[in-house]
Amino acid sequence: MKIGWKRWSVLPGFGLAMGYTLTYLSLLVLIPLAGTFLKSATLTWPEFWETITSPRALASYRVTFGTSLVAALLNAVSGLLVAWVLTRYRFFGRRFVDALVDLPFALPTAVAGIALTAIYAPTGWVGKLVPFKVAFTPLGITIALVFIGVPFVVRTVQPVLEDIEPELEQVAASLGANRWQTFTRVVMPAVWPAVLTGFALSFARAVGEYGSVIFIAGNMPMRTEITPLLIVTQLEQYNYAGATSLAVAMLVVSFGMLLTINALQWWGTRRHLA
Amino acid sequence: MTPQQIAERATTEPRWIRWTLIALALAFLALFVGLPLAAVFVSALSKGWAVYFAAITEPVAWAAIKLTLLTAAIAVPLNLVFGVAAAWAIAKFEFRGKQVLITLIDLPFSVSPVVSGLIYVLIFGLQGWLGPWLQDHDITIIFAVPGIVLATVFVTFPFVARELIPLMIAQGTEEEEAALTLGASGWQTFWRVTVPNIKWGLLYGVILCNARAMGEFGAVSVVSGHIRGLTNTMTLHVEILYNEYQTAAAFAVASLLTLLALVTLAAKSAVEWRVRQQLKAARHSHDEDLLT
Amino acid sequence: MKISVQNLTKPFGAFTALNDINLEVRSGELLALLGPSGCGKTTLLRILSGLEFADTGHILFDGEDATTQNVRARKVGFVFQHYALFRHMTVFENIAFGLRVRRTGRPSRRDIHARVEELLKLVKLETLASRFPSQLSGGQRQRVALARALAVEPRVLLLDEPFGALDAKVRQELRRWLRRLHDEVHITSVFVTHDQEEALEVADRVVVMNKGQIEQVGTPEEVYHHPASPFVCDFLGNVNLFECRIHYGQAYVHDVPFELHNAPPQDAQHAYVYVRPHQLDIQRELGGPNSLPASVRLVNTAGAQVDVELLTEWGQIVHARISHDRHRAVRPQVGQTLFIATKEMKVFHA
Repeated sequence: MKIGWKRWSVLPGFGLAMGYTLTYLSLLVLIPLAGTFLKSATLTWPEFWETITSPRALASYRVTFGTSLVAALLNAVSGLLVAWVLTRYRFFGRRFVDALVDLPFALPTAVAGIALTAIYAPTGWVGKLVPFKVAFTPLGITIALVFIGVPFVVRTVQPVLEDIEPELEQVAASLGANRWQTFTRVVMPAVWPAVLTGFALSFARAVGEYGSVIFIAGNMPMRTEITPLLIVTQLEQYNYAGATSLAVAMLVVSFGMLLTINALQWWGTRRHLA
Repeated sequence: MTPQQIAERATTEPRWIRWTLIALALAFLALFVGLPLAAVFVSALSKGWAVYFAAITEPVAWAAIKLTLLTAAIAVPLNLVFGVAAAWAIAKFEFRGKQVLITLIDLPFSVSPVVSGLIYVLIFGLQGWLGPWLQDHDITIIFAVPGIVLATVFVTFPFVARELIPLMIAQGTEEEEAALTLGASGWQTFWRVTVPNIKWGLLYGVILCNARAMGEFGAVSVVSGHIRGLTNTMTLHVEILYNEYQTAAAFAVASLLTLLALVTLAAKSAVEWRVRQQLKAARHSHDEDLLT
Repeated sequence: MKISVQNLTKPFGAFTALNDINLEVRSGELLALLGPSGCGKTTLLRILSGLEFADTGHILFDGEDATTQNVRARKVGFVFQHYALFRHMTVFENIAFGLRVRRTGRPSRRDIHARVEELLKLVKLETLASRFPSQLSGGQRQRVALARALAVEPRVLLLDEPFGALDAKVRQELRRWLRRLHDEVHITSVFVTHDQEEALEVADRVVVMNKGQIEQVGTPEEVYHHPASPFVCDFLGNVNLFECRIHYGQAYVHDVPFELHNAPPQDAQHAYVYVRPHQLDIQRELGGPNSLPASVRLVNTAGAQVDVELLTEWGQIVHARISHDRHRAVRPQVGQTLFIATKEMKVFHA
């Protein structure tokens, strides 16, 4: 009846539910992931290292991380703006706009990819208006990554903004703060962890993104080739070792970002509780 | 200025700033979200309705639609059952390592779709761990429907669980305990007390899970092998048409997926409100807890 | 039904929630488990119900061992602190739940209907049968929870802080109502409370608990007037505490002698005198032994009695509660030095 790691409870079904959870999780997620790491262990270290530091791979990291960083920064700023407008102001169509924010979650990435390409290609609606090239350049990749990152910052910041009691801002005003001081000293400290979390989430998503990017990127090696595409290319050339090495490198980065995001969220809730 | 205006000035911005901010936010969303949405439908109909209907009714398109529906019909129920089991174990019991388990369940969200597909290739593919054995037994998983289902299950893995866990933690265990003291069995308690309390959260998770299952591209692309009429899902079909410069046809099929996304958003908005009410009700009774 | 608890011990990790508890609950009585939060009273109640299990010890229901019986087999009615009403069911469905889930001997639809109607009448909620819990006031929810627990005809009724989440006025009405209800149905009942007034007013007997142990069991009169320990004395109402020394049957509080009646305790250098505010009197003149000087700091006449706060010469604050008649006779003024006197007191060794 007493197991050391679990507190006894009168509710039934723990064994069944836990057993099922762990089995399913192991079979579908943990074992396949572990298998990838094991596969990479069949390579020698120089082989592995050479693959993940080849000029083409390094160029793909620069494209991937560079565009992701710029897109996430843009999302942080505009996401905060959108969240603010949606929580603080009442205007016609607000609920519709609010629902629309989630479109990038719901729209298949391939659809987003071809739609963005159609718009920003030299003959597209926007592409023909601007004097420089957008699609098939890093700028195009950034635009695709901004699109898929829109909901992350908005949806992490929105509930925090909703939770700030109006009294807090009224007190600040009654103490003589002007609107800008109230915003920077009362509102921003409260939403800061959420903005950072949203930034990290949208960055993490952007780094791994594939579908929306490959159509608009042009996929020129060394210039507009992202790491996930490089993995696919290796795979199509039956270079399993190369694909595995790059995948392991990406997994390590993803897990690092997951831990960072968890730490950020923990920090955010802790500050929220205090 | 009236006193009310003075009070408003203290806690909101001047009208011109308000409208500037609203305009900026709307312009951003219009450019990045609205424009692509419009582009899908305009491009889909650019060659007229005839081409549009031909594109979505040709046999290969139909095969892709059926495969997509089949994949979702397998992946969603699997992850639904898993989500409920995981949430029951995590939310209703106290045990060590709970946080680690939650993180592990979230893991698939942080893996690049391409890598999500690749991990199954490395296990079930010809070069993979089980490749030779599978070949001996004439079982194909990669470049076949099972692989597509597996990859889809992986990328949609956390949706239901992560919706239910916070909801069920907030609801606590008292109602289930009450049911047990009244003589209900474990299953009676689950079906009559727990399930009605989480039904909106469940539906919400299913909606999101389904949208991703039908729309997944990267992971499925790696395991599919792109065999027309056999292992092409709708998103893969869109890609092929697009690469073959059949732009209008590509957008026609894409418009179906876009409609699905719009329906998802509408359903999500409708259900979201209910979920929030349930969560609020649960949190509210907890607040009363803290007061005493 | 009679319940015997024998040598019950329940640790939670390093913390001992219950330490060797022995207790008899008499058939048909209304028993209160009273103590501060964390004293183990709720744990004891949950162990009685089968929602938790003790590590050692036994529980007997009418002499029959129920220690390992699970919650369904025990047939107890449990009223949760926050009622735990099924929020997706109406009041009617909540009350009917226990009857509907029965595997064997499930009553017919009509019988269930009749039984629920009867219970609704008992708890005076006939008109609210089709409401949902969220549409009820706290007091109404409490009564639904009670009716739901009674519906299955439990052998024992267990209530966890039954009035804890209610505001003061509803609380008082409801506890009198519970007392009357108990006199009607006469089911063996145990309730947990941290409110001494509630325990003293409602219960037949009170079990005072502290730090996982039972300090005293007795009728409200017994525990209030004859507290067995300093804790009980302190917990049941306000009390003034004086350090003293005991010598030849007299207690010396800062060298002022106080006579001790009934069974004077042994001599001791360190002991404590406990006196309740209403046991203190205020006098204008020094009244021989049992009386010491103090200056008036505060007088509050807004109430059924007059509260006077005084400061002794050695700087201790003393609370006295006197009648309005007495107040008119003595007329204490703030700053004035008067004498506080007592006849009743309780002495405990340090």
